[in-house]
Amino acid sequence: MNDLSPDRAERSAKLKGLGHSRKRVEDQRFTQGRGNYVDDIKMPDMLFGDFVRSPYAHARVKSINIDKAMALPGVIAVLTAKDLEPLSLHWMPTLAGDKQMVLADGKVLFQGQEVAFVIAEDRYINADAIELVEVEYEELPVITDPFKALEPDAVVLREDLAGQTSGAHGERKHHNHIFLWEAGDKEATEQVVETADVVAEEMVYYHRTHPCPLETCGCVASMDKVTGKLTLWGTFQAPHVVRTVASLLSGIEEHNIRVVSPDIGGGFGNKVGVYPGYVCSIVASIVTGKPVKWIEDRMDNLMATAFARDYWMKGKIAATKDGKITGLHCEVTADHGAFDACADPTKFPAGFMNICTGSYDIPVAYLGVDGVYTNKAPGGVAYRCSFRVTEAAYFIERMIEVLAIELNMDAAELRAKNFIRKDQFPYTSAMGWEYDSGDYHTAWDKALTAVGYDVLRAEQAERVEAFKRGETRKLIGIGLSHFTEIVGAGPVKNCDILGMGMFDSCEIRIHPTGSAIARLGTISQGQGHATTFAQILASEIGLPADSITVEEGDTDTAPYGLGTYGSRSTPVAGAAAAMAGRKIRAKAQMIAAYLLEVHDGDLEWDIDRFVVKGAPEQFKTMAEIAYASYNQAIPGVEPGLEAVSYYDPPNMTYPFGAYICVMEIDVDTGTHEIRQFYALDDCGTRINPMIIEGQVHGGLTEALAIAMGQEIAYDEIGNVKTGTLMDFFIPTAWETPTYTTDFTETPSPHHPIGAKGVGESPNVGGVPAFSNAVHDAFRPFGLRQAHMPHDHWRIWKIGNDLGLHDDV
Amino acid sequence: MIPAAFDYHRPQGIEDAIAILQKHGDDARVIAGGHSLIPMMKLRMAEVPNLVDLQDIESLKGITIQNGRVNIGAMVTQHELITNEGLAAAAPIMREAALQIADPQVRYMGTIGGNVANGDPGNDMPGLMQCLDATFTLFGPDGARGVKARDFYEGAYMTERDDEEIMTAIHFDASTAGYAYEKQKRKIGDYATAAAAVMLTKDGQTCSSAAIALTNLSDTPIWSQGAGAALIGTDCGPAAIKAAVAAGLDDIDPSEDNRGPIAFKYHAARMMISRAIASAWARA
Amino acid sequence: MTKMNISLTVNGQVHEVEAEPRQLLIHLLREDLNLTGAHIGCETSHCGACTVEMDGKSVKACTVFAAQAQGADITTIEGLAEPGTLNVLQESFREHHGLQCGYCTPGMITRAHRLLQENPTPTEEDVRFGMAGNLCRCTGYQNIVKSIMAAANELNPAKEAAE
Repeated sequence: MNDLSPDRAERSAKLKGLGHSRKRVEDQRFTQGRGNYVDDIKMPDMLFGDFVRSPYAHARVKSINIDKAMALPGVIAVLTAKDLEPLSLHWMPTLAGDKQMVLADGKVLFQGQEVAFVIAEDRYINADAIELVEVEYEELPVITDPFKALEPDAVVLREDLAGQTSGAHGERKHHNHIFLWEAGDKEATEQVVETADVVAEEMVYYHRTHPCPLETCGCVASMDKVTGKLTLWGTFQAPHVVRTVASLLSGIEEHNIRVVSPDIGGGFGNKVGVYPGYVCSIVASIVTGKPVKWIEDRMDNLMATAFARDYWMKGKIAATKDGKITGLHCEVTADHGAFDACADPTKFPAGFMNICTGSYDIPVAYLGVDGVYTNKAPGGVAYRCSFRVTEAAYFIERMIEVLAIELNMDAAELRAKNFIRKDQFPYTSAMGWEYDSGDYHTAWDKALTAVGYDVLRAEQAERVEAFKRGETRKLIGIGLSHFTEIVGAGPVKNCDILGMGMFDSCEIRIHPTGSAIARLGTISQGQGHATTFAQILASEIGLPADSITVEEGDTDTAPYGLGTYGSRSTPVAGAAAAMAGRKIRAKAQMIAAYLLEVHDGDLEWDIDRFVVKGAPEQFKTMAEIAYASYNQAIPGVEPGLEAVSYYDPPNMTYPFGAYICVMEIDVDTGTHEIRQFYALDDCGTRINPMIIEGQVHGGLTEALAIAMGQEIAYDEIGNVKTGTLMDFFIPTAWETPTYTTDFTETPSPHHPIGAKGVGESPNVGGVPAFSNAVHDAFRPFGLRQAHMPHDHWRIWKIGNDLGLHDDV
Repeated sequence: MIPAAFDYHRPQGIEDAIAILQKHGDDARVIAGGHSLIPMMKLRMAEVPNLVDLQDIESLKGITIQNGRVNIGAMVTQHELITNEGLAAAAPIMREAALQIADPQVRYMGTIGGNVANGDPGNDMPGLMQCLDATFTLFGPDGARGVKARDFYEGAYMTERDDEEIMTAIHFDASTAGYAYEKQKRKIGDYATAAAAVMLTKDGQTCSSAAIALTNLSDTPIWSQGAGAALIGTDCGPAAIKAAVAAGLDDIDPSEDNRGPIAFKYHAARMMISRAIASAWARA
Repeated sequence: MTKMNISLTVNGQVHEVEAEPRQLLIHLLREDLNLTGAHIGCETSHCGACTVEMDGKSVKACTVFAAQAQGADITTIEGLAEPGTLNVLQESFREHHGLQCGYCTPGMITRAHRLLQENPTPTEEDVRFGMAGNLCRCTGYQNIVKSIMAAANELNPAKEAAE
């Protein structure tokens, strides 16, 4: 039945299933301005809550006087740590096994930290009241550098941890140390590095940045004192986990808490964590008996909730003279800020940083990550990547370039020489990951051919000569990147968050007339789940995607799931959808057999129906079967047609890709122009090519921002220097190039439909491509490493340090 | 980000506006397009108990060009500066510069009066006005007076304008000089890292007049007489440009910010000045 | 707080609202008139999520006081088409995947609407420059530009014929 006859082709097309560039069902609402985001929620008598925040990065809180604020008409209450202490809510556990102050308890540890929570009738009164809360601070020495934090006489940041020589992830070797997390074989790696022909060493810094979704974080908490039920709407990438945490913290039984993620205006990792605003809103609603809304402003968002990166990665890469890599050694100093609030699976305090062997067959490797406290905001979230995977990809893709310099070898050739070969999959890396599938050489060759790599190199060489002759001040950089992601966390045996296994779920109900509703444990923040999950199901159950409603985000109706981040929706919830669909189909087969008076085994599935083998004119469509399941008594079969699947993935998925960026750099101004960007992605089976392409465009643009200017910068006393979108770089349409996308398709062998996830690949692979382009432009003049972001002055400085300017 | 409360005034004539300013003194400020003032108020970095909205005052609007003199009402928006064909012919540097200010939405609201009057060293129009040798009309309790743009700026947010005066119009001569406004910025919507306005006239192959002004490189715009003088009588070749750049750099005093350290500011200034001269010379 | 009566026309309907002068236009639209299509993104006039049309100009409603809008004629995303229908731009954004999370979309489309009023036959460069007051974190703009170009073509059969 593999031939697609006209009839079958038509039936297949009607489903708009896998591989179809189906238009998004979400867009009808969004294009009309009829979305429903958390700040759109309005309830009778709703109050507004907001924070008094610390202007200091490190200070003792001597006193808080709320009298003037309380005297302002319309102010209902001002909560401080003292008010939360009797409830044991002045601190809260973080997702990383640490604890975090909800409101300043005696001291503040970063600028923007929550000090008091003002509750007022509206946000205008609230803003006025915040100005009237009088807080007396005594400034303390500030540490914004993680290396200084570990000096013997560094000031103690976390006094609450005094005397604690171990934390959630083992030994603490200093009062500002959080953990040391190790992977691989240290001794063997050091031995290889010591004896290797060639060793390239470099410090690679991935600066602090921020996911900065266009919608900030916020929530509405509503405690119904009559029913005892708490409803919490909010910007939650993981609503079910929020419910569990809310129950554990508040003591309210979990069935009496309903958490709803409405439409979410972008997440990118910013909305995974649990923030003081959520806790305070819940408390405020319980105290006042009224709904309480809290919405961050942009400065709050950039200063206080969920930064990303801030990894100092010291690498040594060993190789033979002819460029075969023999070992990789990486020591990371990880700046976690004031509290360890990373959103990583419990057993992985440095996320999946140990994927840092990348796409390469490296026989031995070691990773050690020291987590460190500083006077900066907490976070360390996966900003459009799986946990610490963009750090890992950036590290290895920089180290490869540095090794290429050391070997005086072409960096594309060096990569090809060391790729894991197709015949090596499934491949177990030196750090212990089992890469499920890949075909790196094919992708790489396709990419190099597409951009005309050799011609580009020749042009670059000519340009360098012209530059040296003084005929031009522009250089060309060819930025290479071949990344391997590790997404779809993850197998319950080693992945959990707060003890919750990282499975995901799907529940399907087929309605009598042949349409359906599916609910999942994930939540879209723009990925288009309502469109793509319906496509997976359409292909599995043979009902048109247009007849399948997908619903997510309401914990009262959706099955438990761990949410959407780390590109886990397709690998985990998508698999759950397929498996639930197969359960539907299995039951449908029994019903069809009864209706057609044949044995189950005499039937075969054909797009949207079961047909009798050898007698294709005898069939029952899924719509007919659905109807029968409700209106006929079928012996041995329960009425109705529903299924639930909780999917525990057997492994992660490993999307990969080959990106090439061609950049023109004006050495005089430090400005750049992206002349060409080619992105080849292999995300396994492609569910909706249109959406994949859109995800790639978006992820690349976030990568562009990060590589070329976006940062959360602090001055030496801990003031945030990039607190608004004037200084926090987000490119406009004008600064953003046009991308060329391409693909290969290597299905995941363990995923029910072979899909791997794609949303984060472009960020993971894009950052090294942009950054390597900058480095590559200056390679002929001796540049080895220059830290991101590559904004104008930093590129100018590269040229300046290399003596390429004549004005100094 | 919520501003503090204020009383709102919308006078219909300039005299009414002045009367409000006189009544409230330091407690009143005028608002034109508001795109500098409102963010400052929202961040509570500016407190304005009385806000005087100038939008209804007809005499502050419109562009007229008569007898080679350009007159622009203070409430003329950047968008109008860009789309006015008469202005584009009389002073094409205005369009070139205005297109490099902020973004489309902000240009619909932002006014030339607001841009030049508030004394923000990041604004682009003040330097441009110095380059054009514009005169500002200030209207106060004692009537109108004119102040040269080149004499107007005293420090960051400090100008020749008295608290009870309102800038009502900007005037300068139409010009056929070669012109260029070169601005380096991090992205659309950003202030200049460095910017240079240059106007040159040519007599044969010799530069007969030159005006050069610089943006965001000191706490005021900088009209660099020295830079202009270095070009007059030259062929605006590399040596002359080098001399003009050196003179321009002598006049600035940039500060470090997120756009870069001081050394980079000098470097960027150098690039913008030399590029603007070359471009203006080519158009002269 | 002293409130004032503000009269303004929104999507063809005259509204009388009692508001503090300092109230921001975006709050007036969203809170008082329940027009929640335009969103708040950056609050400092950089992102354009709050873009509405006021007296024939695209403006960022987070940086306009309600008092300034006294007497203004305002169009929001909700006023671009009859409820339940999509205008050419809205349809084009849907067709060309010009949106993802949808948060910037109302501001984008409202801005694009004005852009095409003023320049019915824009080049790609015109579109990128004309849309530079609106930030999007999801799409990388490529499909937004494509959507607007396609809508311009749709609205200009004459141009299409000439090509």
